[in-house]
Formats: sequence, C-alpha cells, structure tokens
Amino acid sequence: MILRGPWKAESQRAYFAKALIELGRERPDLVVIGADTTHSLKTADFGKEYPGRLYNLGIAEQNMMGVAAGFAAAGKLPFACTYSVFGTAHVYNIIRQSIAYPKLNVKICCSHAGLTVGADGATHQMNEDITLMRALPNMAVVVPADGPETYKAAKAAATHAGPLYMRFSRMDFPTVTEAHDPFVLGQASLVREGSDVTIVANGIMVSRALQAAEALAKSGLEARVLNLHTVKPLDAAALEAAARETGAIVAAEEHTIMGGLGSAVAEAVSELYPVPVARLGVRDRFGESGEGEKLLDKYGLSAVQLIKAAHDVVARKAK
Amino acid sequence: MEAAEAERIRTLEETARLLRRHVLEMTHAADSGHAGGSLSAADLITALYFHELRIDPKRPQWEDRDRFILSKGHACPVLYAALAERGFFPTEELLTLRQIGSRLQGHPELGTTPGVEACAGAEGQGLSVGIGMALAARLDHKPHRIWVMLGDGENDSGQVWEAAMCAAHYKLDNLIAVVDRNGIQQEGRTEEIMRLEPLSEKWKAFGWHVIEINGHDFGQILEAFSEAKATKGRPTVIIAKTIKGKGVSFMEGVVKFHGTAPTDEELARALKELGGPAP
Repeated sequence: MILRGPWKAESQRAYFAKALIELGRERPDLVVIGADTTHSLKTADFGKEYPGRLYNLGIAEQNMMGVAAGFAAAGKLPFACTYSVFGTAHVYNIIRQSIAYPKLNVKICCSHAGLTVGADGATHQMNEDITLMRALPNMAVVVPADGPETYKAAKAAATHAGPLYMRFSRMDFPTVTEAHDPFVLGQASLVREGSDVTIVANGIMVSRALQAAEALAKSGLEARVLNLHTVKPLDAAALEAAARETGAIVAAEEHTIMGGLGSAVAEAVSELYPVPVARLGVRDRFGESGEGEKLLDKYGLSAVQLIKAAHDVVARKAK
Repeated sequence: MEAAEAERIRTLEETARLLRRHVLEMTHAADSGHAGGSLSAADLITALYFHELRIDPKRPQWEDRDRFILSKGHACPVLYAALAERGFFPTEELLTLRQIGSRLQGHPELGTTPGVEACAGAEGQGLSVGIGMALAARLDHKPHRIWVMLGDGENDSGQVWEAAMCAAHYKLDNLIAVVDRNGIQQEGRTEEIMRLEPLSEKWKAFGWHVIEINGHDFGQILEAFSEAKATKGRPTVIIAKTIKGKGVSFMEGVVKFHGTAPTDEELARALKELGGPAP
C-alpha cells in the first residue's frame, strides 16, 4: 500500500508499563490490580519494582473491580488493568454501581481492545467498550493513538480526579506522536492543519487518517486531522471549530459506529454546527480471526476508505 | 460483671426496638422500601453500631475508623436508622427516605449519606469492596477492621464467591463478613429458589473461619464478634440465623414483606406490638 507511512510500530503496553513504574515512584498510593493478565499487560514489571503493590486477582474481574473500588474508597489510587472485553462488558454493573456511581478514583486501563486483537477472534475483539463506558456518568474515556500517547495518557489519568477508562491495543501501533507533543485530557490534538475537510480519529485510526490526508492533499483537498484521544469529556469546541472552518467531517474509529467516537462527533456537530458527517467504524457486526491490519481494511477502516469518505462528505457540503 | 453484661444486652435490645420502629415508620412514610430484611438485620446492625464499630459521627471520614458495608443494600432503612441514632445526621431526616432530594436514597449511596461506606443495591458487590479496603488497611499498617453484611439470597451471586476466594487467599483477618441468614429472598424461600445449604461448608471450603449463631441473641452476637476479631490468618464469616420481619408477628417469615412497606393499619399494629409511643 503506497499510503503506508514511515512510522515504526511500537507496543502501547510497553509504554503503559513504563508510565506505571514512574507513577509508582511519584505516587506511593498507587496500586495495580490484574486478572491473570499481569505479564500480558506488563504490569508484572510494576510488581517487581514495588513488591506488595501489585495484586493479581485471577480470572475474577467482578471481584477485581469491587476491590479497586474499595482501594479507592480507602484513599488509594488503583489501576485495574486487564483486557478490554473483561474490563468493561464482563463487569459493567460492578463498574457502574461500585465505581462510577460513587465517583471513585479508579483507573480502568485495558489492553486488547478492538479488531487488532487479531487472531484471537470475535470473543476478544472488544468493539463496544467505548460505547459502554461513555454512557456511564462520571466516567472519562481515553483512547491513545500510539505508544508515546499511551504513556502520557497513563500519567494524565493519575492526576485526573475520578473514574477513567483507557483502552489500547494488543498489536503494535505506528508511532505517530512524539514524546514532546502536548497531551491534555479532554482536549483534541490537532495533528494536521487543513481547511477543506476534517478527519476526527483516535487510536490506530490517527495514523490511517494521516495517510489519508497525505493522499487527499495530492488531489487538492487539505484535510485537518484531529486526534480525539479523549472521547469523554468531549472537546466540543474543537469539533464545532472543525465544522465551522472545514465544513465537512469524517470520524474514524476501531470500534462499532454505534455510540463511540463517531457518535460523539455526530451528536456534537449536529447540535452545534451541522455539516455533513461520515462515520467509519465496525458496522454492527462481530469481528473474526485474522491479522490486525488486514482486519481493519476488511471492516472498512483502510486509508482508501477514509479517502473515499472524505470526498463524499466534501461533495455533500452545501453549495 | 454479669449484671453489667445483662444491662448492656438490655440496652442493645432497647436500641434494636427503636431501630425497628424507625424502619417501619420510614418505609410506611415512603410507601416503599424493604422492611423484612431490615427487621431481620436489626439486632446485628444494633450490635455493630452500638457496641462494636470504632466510628466517630463527628468525623465520618476519620481515617482509622472501622468500615461497615451493607452489601444487602436494600436493608438500608435499618442502616440509616442506626446512623441517625448514632448521630451521623438528625433522626428527623429518616422520614425523607426515598423522597426526591433526600440524602437517604432507596439504596445506599457513598458520598451522599454521612456514614455510608459504599454504594450497594445490585447484590453481590460489597464483599469485594471490603477486600479492597482491607488490603489498603494492611498496606498502611492500620488496625481498623472492615465489616460486610450480606443477605443470604446474595450468596446466589458469583461475585460473592470470587470475593470469598480472594479474601481467603490474602488471609484477610481484618475482614469480617456477616450473613443475614433469614431464609427468604425476593421471590420466596432461599432453599426453594436456589439451594444454599450446606452454606457453612461452602464458606469453610473457601478458606473462611465460620461461626454460626442466632442473629437475634445479643449474647451470641457479641461473642461471635469477639471470636471473629481473635481469629488470625483467615477471614471470618458469621452466619447469623434470623427471621425475616423479626419483631412484628404478622411480618415474620412472610415473603411479601421483603419489598413491601406497611399500610397505615399494619404500621399501627406493628408499633403497638413493638412497644413505645403511638405514631
């Protein structure tokens, strides 16, 4: 694929583990909880560094979320870390009642989100987590684009007051951000300037949005690319500005189109400054086994499909 | 000494009678709420709040306080009554139960009601929260204890057993569970809906020290508390056999009063039976 960028692929989990270890030093109140997933998420490294502050509670995620709530109620800063299907859907009402309702300071950090779980297939490809977590009052939702941003998001999560959900991938993601790039929870990052159309993306779709934008530039369309790493609280101002200044929006996410980033964008834009919007995401279906990048392409999330969607929304602009 | 002990128990019985009166008046005023499971737990709650727990109503957030989690959150009328009588908030507020704007929500809400330590309502969650608190206390070398009351029907829930396994794994002897074994859940007798027995053996198999008592006998209750506190290296569960609706003859053992408030006439009869001034 000629559109593929020159980025190196890196593990978000490795960056996450690095952030946790640094946080462990800065925050003696921080504890990490895992569910037979501590080596996979590399939280075991935290346990080696800080014996007694890592709790591997086995394949018992309901209990895990309750324990996290208890730690937070006792003044600790618990990071509950597992795979996204187990850390959200499997335990939704535990999170709802024991964490979100009392607004406890629990950070739910989940790997293995989305289609890029790959070969493990649909049971593990959690494409509905953002919808679920976004619907919970008090819950912040963060989807970092790559390794460095995962590191920054973990650091920011520790200073955020209240429950927060953060999802990242099993697959190495192209590193599109740099260590010195600013990261502010709740503020979309402008990663490419443009005035003809805006592509709003998060997670791995930021890299694909950038690829698409380069191709669009060659055909005369300058696409703005917004990295909406925080789906909640939503940066409505950045979306309204994008609608006003570029007149058309494409939203792209490695997630169902129902209730995630695309929905959040469409909800905000339709209320604040209606312009044509196209949403790219998994279209109301389960995934399947396969290689991550190829699954993204098959499920409608290729740069080519982004380019087509951008042309479509531009064509729909009011003349 | 024996006279002092008898006097202590007599005082606790009087307090329990007062809490039961509150429960009936509160659920009657709200025209909803769970009277039966509040009455079955009334003696245990009384023993906890008026004898056992190291708490300070003037400092609800005191770091070293004992924690009590009512995992069977639907019995919150009796918890609210205890908290009010202990001075966490005015007793006049009790009659606002379940009203719009009230601090006394239909199920316990952490952060809203002074003295409430966890949100509860969906069954099965409180023991896990207690484990988090107990692990935190251990990390900080704090001597306070975490008490969690479960309903018996709640033992149907898988999360309870996840938590039971976990607490034993971590040898949490600062965590004490109390099961209000009143034998009735929302739709009928526990043994008919989902058999729990042999319940003690289940908890034992999960690694807990088990004490079985009559949950309406203050002598047994206080003795069980002492034994639980003296047990080291594993968590303790007190399985307290109780009577749903205890204290009001026409409510005792009646499934309907799991989630039904007394009518005007039932309230008058109940208060008369319990003794004390007419409403």
